[in-house]
Amino acid sequence: MSIADTRARASRLRPLGRMVAVRVLGVLGVLFVLSILVFAMMYLAPGDIVKNLLGNRPTNPDVIAAVREQYRLDDPVVIQYLSWLKGFVTGDLGMSIRLQQPVADAIGDRVGITLALCLLAFVVAVISAVPLGVRSAVKAGGWVDRTGNAMSILGLSAPTFAVGLLLLYVFAYYLPIFPVYGGGDGGVDTLRHLVLPAVTLALGLGAIIVKLTRTAMLRELESDYVTFARSRGLGERLVRRIALRNAAIPIVTGASLVLTFLVGGTVLAETTYALPGLGTLLQDSVLFKDIAVVQSLTLLVAVVIAAIALIADLTYILLDPRVRRQMGAAS
Amino acid sequence: MTVLLSALTVLGPSGTMVEPIDAEIAPGATLALIGESGSGKTLTAKSIVGLLPRGFRATGAVSVAGQDLPVTRAGDDAAWRRARGRSVSLLLQDPFTSLTPVHRCGDQIAWTIEAAQGRRLTRGARRKAVEERLAEVNLPARVADAFPHELSGGMRQRVAIAAALASDPQLLIADEPTTALDASNQAEILDLLRRIQLERRLSVILISHDLGVVRGRTDQVLVMRDGKVVERGATAAVLAAPEHPYTRALIEADPVVAARTGARIAEESADGSAEVEALLVCERVTKAFGARTVLDAVDLSIAPGAIVGIVGESGSGKSTLARCIAGLEREDAGSIVLGGAALAAGRASRTPGQMQIVFQDPYSSLNPMMSIGAILAEALGVAGREASEVPTMLEMVGLPAEFARKRPAELSGGQRQRVAIARALAPEPRLLICDESVSALDVSVQADILALLARLRDELGIAILFISHDLAVVRMIADTVTVMWDGRVVEAGPCHEVLEHPAHEYTRLLVAAAMRENAVPADGKD
Repeated sequence: MSIADTRARASRLRPLGRMVAVRVLGVLGVLFVLSILVFAMMYLAPGDIVKNLLGNRPTNPDVIAAVREQYRLDDPVVIQYLSWLKGFVTGDLGMSIRLQQPVADAIGDRVGITLALCLLAFVVAVISAVPLGVRSAVKAGGWVDRTGNAMSILGLSAPTFAVGLLLLYVFAYYLPIFPVYGGGDGGVDTLRHLVLPAVTLALGLGAIIVKLTRTAMLRELESDYVTFARSRGLGERLVRRIALRNAAIPIVTGASLVLTFLVGGTVLAETTYALPGLGTLLQDSVLFKDIAVVQSLTLLVAVVIAAIALIADLTYILLDPRVRRQMGAAS
Repeated sequence: MTVLLSALTVLGPSGTMVEPIDAEIAPGATLALIGESGSGKTLTAKSIVGLLPRGFRATGAVSVAGQDLPVTRAGDDAAWRRARGRSVSLLLQDPFTSLTPVHRCGDQIAWTIEAAQGRRLTRGARRKAVEERLAEVNLPARVADAFPHELSGGMRQRVAIAAALASDPQLLIADEPTTALDASNQAEILDLLRRIQLERRLSVILISHDLGVVRGRTDQVLVMRDGKVVERGATAAVLAAPEHPYTRALIEADPVVAARTGARIAEESADGSAEVEALLVCERVTKAFGARTVLDAVDLSIAPGAIVGIVGESGSGKSTLARCIAGLEREDAGSIVLGGAALAAGRASRTPGQMQIVFQDPYSSLNPMMSIGAILAEALGVAGREASEVPTMLEMVGLPAEFARKRPAELSGGQRQRVAIARALAPEPRLLICDESVSALDVSVQADILALLARLRDELGIAILFISHDLAVVRMIADTVTVMWDGRVVEAGPCHEVLEHPAHEYTRLLVAAAMRENAVPADGKD
């Protein structure tokens, strides 16, 4: 508790702000590089660029001229890129050739259901996996531990589409309590429609979180402070809470890394259950060579993943006072 | 209020770990358990709080103030709930790990209070109770809001003491409570414990490997070895006239005893007799980590074949200096000259034959996947020597040739450190740097390793830079000693001179700590 400590605490927020700024700038840099790659997709796609942009529409010189105008194909590449980037930043993502509607609208219509699906899957995974992992660690070798272990091996090794198909089969034929097709009519109905896809996604995610929680808890329960807490007569529930609070640091870091697993998983889950979300949109657009949509979705996914990584870092600082202190000392 | 241990026994998966122990501790009295690692002293402590590791159980009985502890029911948390905290608490060795790093110190103390009272306190009452406990261990109220990492080691151990005693137990078991602390904090913590103990009429079991800690602060002593009590009696009597050969050996190996008698392990090399050219000369070596200066214009000189000690506590810069010399850190300024040739900063300018370093922890410095033979063969290979010399290397450090086939996990701490020394000697270095190389070892093993280093110096003529936090250990082996404090050299000179006539205030503190002076009434030896 020297003067230096007090000063470090007073200026704790300043380095935090700077760290966030540095991270955001870093993310912007990555996105910039990625945007060049995504832009290059137009040229890298096999075949004539105008044809690709036109898709299966009947061509005539007017249409071709319109496309060349829209994408500024007659300008130098740098200008093309900049105008494309400007459109992207201002929300003008171009036209979907498949849907014949602006890409922004196409994405806007579908983003809700995908977000809801991911959120539900994450919540289901966390509220089932963390307690299971804690329980497995507390009674290591017990029946909960062994069952949990078997289930997480299953969850980790079974591909999402296989789990999806299995659930689809069971709930379509034998136990028709949850709908298996489509996105429902909004509200509670949509939520019911999302249950099975969310469970499908949550199984893989949950399996990883169970493993992470169990390992982290086992290590914390072995530590000196747990022995010391028990020797002072602290109740077992409190001791577990203290251990979990310490274990939260590796769990959160690990869990946020596997969150990105959801992004890929939604494509499979949405396809299996015919949900009109971004996953199906991406799949259809790729098959159709709907370049504008694929470009937009790729960048969107990149933004989301970068945001998750940033949030994970910030949570880490929130959870660990030692990291906060180091950042104070660095000022 | 008396504490009674009756035939307390600890059984493990492979048989009896601790043979029956009987003892009686009056209120306000302290029983010392001394012994080296593997003697069963920590298992005994854990059995009294019902926290034996899985696969272990206890028999016998322990009663605290007439109340029996459920010692035979290890792992039965319900049975132990009432006894832990209220009858007995356990204070652990390392204050860096015994407090949870993500909770504030005040909360950790409050948990004990609430557990003992069986109810939650209001915010105001909680705060008041915590501040009272902090005041008892001489800590200001603001410590309640601090996280453990914001405090020094000594302050953390005070918080841990406050937390352990917040439930007002009648028996406190302190398991090596000062081993992890710097010399200057050790006496303070021990004296604090003693004062609180007398005020509260608390019975204490003090576990230590360090006779200096036990001497003058405990009433009775049990000397344990391999799970058996080999000697017992009043502390002063046992230490003055030990009957069992093991106790005698322990006392002889104790650096504190040696510091008081002046006994040395290494012959003192002829001191300033000839103007030999120094092997290593460091001049004004300076190093900063960020805004913090760790080395502030440090000078050091090592003559060929000399053993030079560096003493200082954690943060004094002694390890950073060693790492700069070895090229593991890059100094910001200053020069390091070896055998007349200046060495540029960093590892690239060093060759294995110039210097080698032996670290503190022999458990982590050897690759657990490799056999001892492979580890040594690798080091010999780097130096361009044949793998067939492995048996010679083992013999040089006093290990049988069969050890080549073993893996590090099969070796004791002392044997591992011998392997680490053999590995360091493989390239035939001119300078051997020992960075706290004996600090993690038991006293008797420590004495063996010191003797080995002294013998190697005599046989091979290498110079040794010996770094330790304990002046008592350094004076057993070093010819000259350099005292570091806060990145600066505060005193340097021949060992006996620095010890007998410390000029700097900090050195005087270290000398007092080395002699464990403030605990010991003058007995005419020094």
